[in-house]
Amino acid sequence: MTFFIETVLSGLMAGVMYSLVALGFVLIFKASGIFNFAQGVMCLFAALTFVGIMEKTGVPWPVSFVLTVGVMVALAWVIERFVLSHLVNQEPIILFMATIGLAYFLEGFGDLLWGSDVKVLNIGLPSGASDWMLDSFDIYVEKLEVVAAVTAALLVTVLAVFFQKTRVGRALRAVADDHQAALSVGISLRSIWVIVWSVAGIVALVAGIMWGSKSGVQFSLSLIALKALPVLILGGFTSIPGAIVGGLIIGVGEKVAEIYVGPMVGGAIENWFAYMLALAFLLVRPQGLFGERIIERV
Amino acid sequence: MNAHVQPQPVPGSGIARGDVLLQVDNVSLSFGGVKAITNISFDIRKGEIRAIIGPNGAGKTSMLNVINGFYHPQEGTITWRGEKRRKMKPYEAASQGIARTFQNVALFRGMTTLDNIMTGRGLKMKKSFFWQCLHWGPALTEEIEHRRRVEEIIDFLEIQAIRKTPVGRLPYGLQKRVELARALAMEPDLLLLDEPMAGMNLEEKEDMSRFILDVNQQFGTTIALIEHDMGVVMDLSDRVVVLDYGRKIADGPPEEVQANQDVIDAYLGVPHG
Amino acid sequence: MLYREAGQFKTTYAADQAIFPIAQDKWVVIAFAAIAFIAVPFLVNDYWTNAVFLPLLIYGLAALGLNILVGYCGQISLGTGGFMAVGAFASYKLMTSFPELNIVFVVLLSGGITALVGVMFGLPSLRIKGFYLAVATLAAQFFLIWLFNKVGWFYNYSATGQISAPDRAIFGLTVTGPTALPWVKYLFCLGFLAFFALVAKNVVRGRIGRNWMAIRDMDIAAELIGVRPLQTKLSAFAFSSFYVGMAGSLLFAVYLGAVEVTEAFSINVSFLVLFMVIIGGLGSILGSFLGATFLVLMPIMLKNAMVDGMGLLPVFAKHVEIMLMGLLIIFFLIVEPHGLARLWQITKEKLRLWPFPY
Repeated sequence: MTFFIETVLSGLMAGVMYSLVALGFVLIFKASGIFNFAQGVMCLFAALTFVGIMEKTGVPWPVSFVLTVGVMVALAWVIERFVLSHLVNQEPIILFMATIGLAYFLEGFGDLLWGSDVKVLNIGLPSGASDWMLDSFDIYVEKLEVVAAVTAALLVTVLAVFFQKTRVGRALRAVADDHQAALSVGISLRSIWVIVWSVAGIVALVAGIMWGSKSGVQFSLSLIALKALPVLILGGFTSIPGAIVGGLIIGVGEKVAEIYVGPMVGGAIENWFAYMLALAFLLVRPQGLFGERIIERV
Repeated sequence: MNAHVQPQPVPGSGIARGDVLLQVDNVSLSFGGVKAITNISFDIRKGEIRAIIGPNGAGKTSMLNVINGFYHPQEGTITWRGEKRRKMKPYEAASQGIARTFQNVALFRGMTTLDNIMTGRGLKMKKSFFWQCLHWGPALTEEIEHRRRVEEIIDFLEIQAIRKTPVGRLPYGLQKRVELARALAMEPDLLLLDEPMAGMNLEEKEDMSRFILDVNQQFGTTIALIEHDMGVVMDLSDRVVVLDYGRKIADGPPEEVQANQDVIDAYLGVPHG
Repeated sequence: MLYREAGQFKTTYAADQAIFPIAQDKWVVIAFAAIAFIAVPFLVNDYWTNAVFLPLLIYGLAALGLNILVGYCGQISLGTGGFMAVGAFASYKLMTSFPELNIVFVVLLSGGITALVGVMFGLPSLRIKGFYLAVATLAAQFFLIWLFNKVGWFYNYSATGQISAPDRAIFGLTVTGPTALPWVKYLFCLGFLAFFALVAKNVVRGRIGRNWMAIRDMDIAAELIGVRPLQTKLSAFAFSSFYVGMAGSLLFAVYLGAVEVTEAFSINVSFLVLFMVIIGGLGSILGSFLGATFLVLMPIMLKNAMVDGMGLLPVFAKHVEIMLMGLLIIFFLIVEPHGLARLWQITKEKLRLWPFPY
């Protein structure tokens, strides 16, 4: 039983990480309808930049963090200026393709700038098992994962407040509902997009730091984005709570399946199990976890 | 002009002109808690032009959606050519001879006018996949045979010039006409027209009215029509059913309906109790 | 001046519906085919066949298949790599289990098996649409690769998990295996591509193709005029997977000879083929080839220019290549989102009117 609880807990923690990546997707999809495939590479790029700045200049990590945020904001501006503004009103699949192009570019660019070797990311986040959990419940929990969970919770709270309470947040929701109507009441689509991509960049940075602390900063980091995709189909492309709950479900489902089902079929089912889980779920409930029931009209 | 279009034998075997083609009995439809249609009954007779009118949100389009199987009513039955049906897929309704046009133009925007109309012939084309791969022999013969029928419809609706234009580039009035052509290509027994004249100017409306009458008279097609322009409704239709807030408030010949107090109230806006 | 259609009148619907209604187009295509079938086989050597022609033909076939699904039927798939793997492993099992089976049938049957698998993974398309479906097709990609990697039966329990193609011949000429001559391999693949390109063109201009496009453009309206969504979508998945499976089979048996599934059919292959379709032009047979040509040639030229031309380190050049690839893709999407096929079409329209601007 303890083992099962440990499995579930570690699944929950992994799920939080997925949620962080999924969150970036959701922000951009909500505000611009763009399926941003580059989100995973943005995590990698942000983490690379973060570590790279620390290595090259020797500044403490908070300074590097601020600098990297600056880089991500600049990146958002460049993306808006040179890519998105030329592709306004194109079909979604064209924009989707453009983000894959972006992913290639960022991947090559990041490697070119900072080298493609595996980098250790250590900013003094606690690691190892939590003694308190081990002593009182006899359950093994990684401290780092607890930190990640708390960070994610904080991030989501801040984002929720930002979306619901601020003027910019209201403009964002307006754009998400209807581009043209938002334009007609004087909201600048371009600045909104820069803001959204900046926020997504910062979320990517946080996710990148968490994943990087866990397993080093390397190319495989960009592949976790692929793990965030089933979270999205489960939670819905536009729902922030969906991204969180979906992430937790996928994280737990994947871990439990790997340990209890995996050995029966040869193992390493992590790669596809999440997709099958999400797919099975969608067949029952096509609108996702938090979507409204779709009434088709003609 | 239309001399070469032969009047066709009236489709819908076994049902004579003037008999009931479609019967709607006590149909109710709701989405979650919202009642779109409440307990509506009416019939459509073979060969007539039946208008369905009512203020916005009265449930007219929902009624059409029920008739061609897109929505499934929670209660009530629909009798089509004497056979009761409760639940059916839209393509089944289509293959049984119910065609329609849409309130907001629903053409296949990436395809040419010709291809759009040819799609309407799809149900009548039977040649196997194998022959289609070769595009030769029976498949070619069939394709050309149907092309000929489509060209007749193109002539009938006077859209020869835009035959090979992608419909996305056409002006609104012509798109509506192509949509009518596509529905006609199905050679339906019952043609449902959802606001065929919405957003048209006077001249376009006159053209469209003429086409609708011609379809009814030359092809013998039964037509159910939703329209907001009362002048058009009164001139075209044989019988009118009036809906308001999902209920039927009147049914009968145009002049009778026009004089009905409930109808006048619904259109002029009397507070509902 | 040469490109004029004035005076070419059509007197039958059959002539009006021909693939190339304009005579000049027809002659250009015939000349092109003659060069490809007759002249090129005498000129190709090992390098040109392996670096340029075979990938071009094989990816052209895969792009054609994917274009049918994405461009004509509007269902986005990111599982192309996985389906190509099905084709490859199907041919491997067929070749090793039935040694006397002709290689042509091996390729066709592999396509058929892939079509069945494609239908299975196409089933969710009935409930889910758009990007949700795209993500769902990733399930096919990951599951299939995992399957071929983990289940020994598929690679005959070889120690490395690799599969390699035995020698097979047609008309006494070896097509697969290390002894096959470049021009034989080239002609074999070209034959498949040419024949099935014609078949694809025929299907998309008939009833089935129109139904696919109807579902793509407006699925609800299509259903209301009598197109069965289930049949139509699944037939697109089947037809598309058939092509992709044949491409996978040729890639393995004729081009590479030996493959390791996680390398040869990774998700990058899925993206590569999708790029070909989009850069070439969605919903265009010609576009599939233009896209494949562009994306096969571009990396070679970039690499040649950077490594040989500028003397950059190969590792460094690799990063720059990925970067430039990304940039070029974005550039192309901005310049012409409808792909190379549309550029070609616009050029032709301009030529028709030349020397007048409109």
